[in-house]
Amino acid sequence: MSEFQQQALELARQQQAPDWLAPLRTSGADQWAQAAWPTRRTEQWKYTPLIPLQKTWFNRWGEPDLAQAGSIDWIDPEASRLVFVNGRFAADLSSNDLPAEVVRFAEAGPEQRALIEQHLGQVVDSERHLFAALSNAWTDDGVLLHVPAGQQLSGPLYVVHVSTPEAEPTPAGQRLLIVLDSGAQASVVEHFASTADSQSGFVNSLTEVVVGDNARFRHCRVHLEQEDLIHVGGVHVNLGRASHMNGFTLAQGSRLKRIDYQINHRGEGAELVLNGIYLPRNRQLVDYHTNVEHCVPHCTTSETFRGIIGDSSRAVFNGRIHIHPDAQKTLAELSNKNLLTSDRAEVDTKPELEIYADDVRCAHGATVSQLDPTALYYLQSRGISRLEAEVMLSFGFINELLREAPEPALQAWLRRHLNVLLGRPEQLTRHLDTGIEDSLS
Amino acid sequence: MLSIKNLSATVGDTTILRDLSLSVKPGEVHAIMGPNGAGKSTLGNILTGREGYDVTGGSVEFDGKNLLELDTEERAREGIFLAFQYPVEIPGVSNMEFLKAAVDAKRAHHGQEELSSVEFMKLARETCKQVRMDQAFLKRGVNEGFSGGEKKRNEILQMMLLEPRLCILDETDSGLDIDALQSVSDGVNAMRTADRGFIVVTHYQRLLDYIEPDFVHVLAKGRIVKSGTKELAKELEAKGYGWLDSEVA
Repeated sequence: MSEFQQQALELARQQQAPDWLAPLRTSGADQWAQAAWPTRRTEQWKYTPLIPLQKTWFNRWGEPDLAQAGSIDWIDPEASRLVFVNGRFAADLSSNDLPAEVVRFAEAGPEQRALIEQHLGQVVDSERHLFAALSNAWTDDGVLLHVPAGQQLSGPLYVVHVSTPEAEPTPAGQRLLIVLDSGAQASVVEHFASTADSQSGFVNSLTEVVVGDNARFRHCRVHLEQEDLIHVGGVHVNLGRASHMNGFTLAQGSRLKRIDYQINHRGEGAELVLNGIYLPRNRQLVDYHTNVEHCVPHCTTSETFRGIIGDSSRAVFNGRIHIHPDAQKTLAELSNKNLLTSDRAEVDTKPELEIYADDVRCAHGATVSQLDPTALYYLQSRGISRLEAEVMLSFGFINELLREAPEPALQAWLRRHLNVLLGRPEQLTRHLDTGIEDSLS
Repeated sequence: MLSIKNLSATVGDTTILRDLSLSVKPGEVHAIMGPNGAGKSTLGNILTGREGYDVTGGSVEFDGKNLLELDTEERAREGIFLAFQYPVEIPGVSNMEFLKAAVDAKRAHHGQEELSSVEFMKLARETCKQVRMDQAFLKRGVNEGFSGGEKKRNEILQMMLLEPRLCILDETDSGLDIDALQSVSDGVNAMRTADRGFIVVTHYQRLLDYIEPDFVHVLAKGRIVKSGTKELAKELEAKGYGWLDSEVA
């Protein structure tokens, strides 16, 4: 067992979790202890070494300054939200009157507890996902959203995870379980943020979703933490018959940032739209691994990821769509486009289609390009500065995906912060913030 | 307003302009004609400071400033506008955002406040009407999927919004049908004022029936080999460019 694996188990022992979570925690700890630590020869981690994690010593859980976390820029200050700071629930920063469909594990009633025990750790395959095993071992609290059959969650729910500096590096677990019964509807935004100061913490996040038959699920997950923070996370979804998921994700880079999406088409006629944007810069890394399993016929996947990779940063994209023998009449498209804005930037991209059915329509592709010098000249010849022209072209590259993000408030927020996300210090994107797009429609 | 003296320029290792001199005063329209490969488009690229086009000799003054010292965007803000022969498509950036960024940049340069979205929308819509462009094109990506005529209308729209001092039209007539040619020319003619100069680069005399020049220059092998009035254009149309070879030699 590696040193980090031992540390992580020691941290699990320090926790005081409710007894009813013990089975999950124990099996997680066992899996974690038995797992082989990834090396460069481990395919899943080939381009993403875990060295930053191994080099940081995590001794104890955090005791965060909750008030400090209140300084972050909320995406939608009016929306219902639960806020966690370094893994600890922050009641003062969260909404007073949360929808009845939402509860923390710590406060779950008997029925909710039964639901958690039924699904938590069941959507994710913790044999295949090492850090899911760790998440299980570390589960002491979390959020359950359960929307009963035919009902609709009123307004989007924000689950915000804020990282703040502590005296020494601290880990944090974040666990979210969403259960939509048949015909239910919900929109959830997961916002990972941090205060501006440097912090060498580690966030291990895991989201599991059960989308029932005919249910509609809208999901955004944005990872906008400060660049010293390590984040390994996963979103694991089972889609029921004729269900629909519209997913959007965005990540800035950090010392180590790895996000996995695992979506399983389990019921016929399910539809998935999954769009992602990654924007590493400086010396950061972002790694998105996605895997969509088409197990049954007549399902649809439309997956598009685009990255803008600047400075000396690196991005990894591995998108796999697996079409099982029974999954006839599948429609699946996977596209990954990358824009390198510096000579030192690097991307490793690998779109994969595995098809074992014969009556399907599938496409996949990846491109890597640079900013078009002719387009830059055209913009400059109209008086637009070089820097602003670069931001505009970069924006153009990802705008299509931003427009399809399921929450309008998030779209507007991202537009406003785009210059910061692209690493531009000045207010270069003022024209993007004027509501011109809105006033046109 | 614009004074080009003995300008020589290269693209890579190839010399394109040799010892070219041209002076444009406010209110004047200069047509530059010439065979393919004469350096007509290079002139526009040099005047707007395009990367890869290197000045190897001579000088260019614009309103008393050394133009060659300025960046592309500074030249634009000072009032130089090039209507592209092949306008560039920029997917994902709406035409409206692009136009506002350009107008704002110019206004900031001249110490004026940015226009509000509402003010700008109004201005853009009115200008659209003038060039007979459907307002739907404001919402679309810059030139994205525009026809040849729509692209050229969009160039004139930009020109009208930016109100430049010197307009350079690079083969604006290429690929235009009569309707588009008419509305593009109407736009240009509406902008002819006593304080604005034009350089109209064209291969064919046809455009000059719509935009009447004060002077016509023939560019061949990188230098102006003949200058005259609009009658010269008619002569060229009748005789072609071949007869000038003897005069160049």
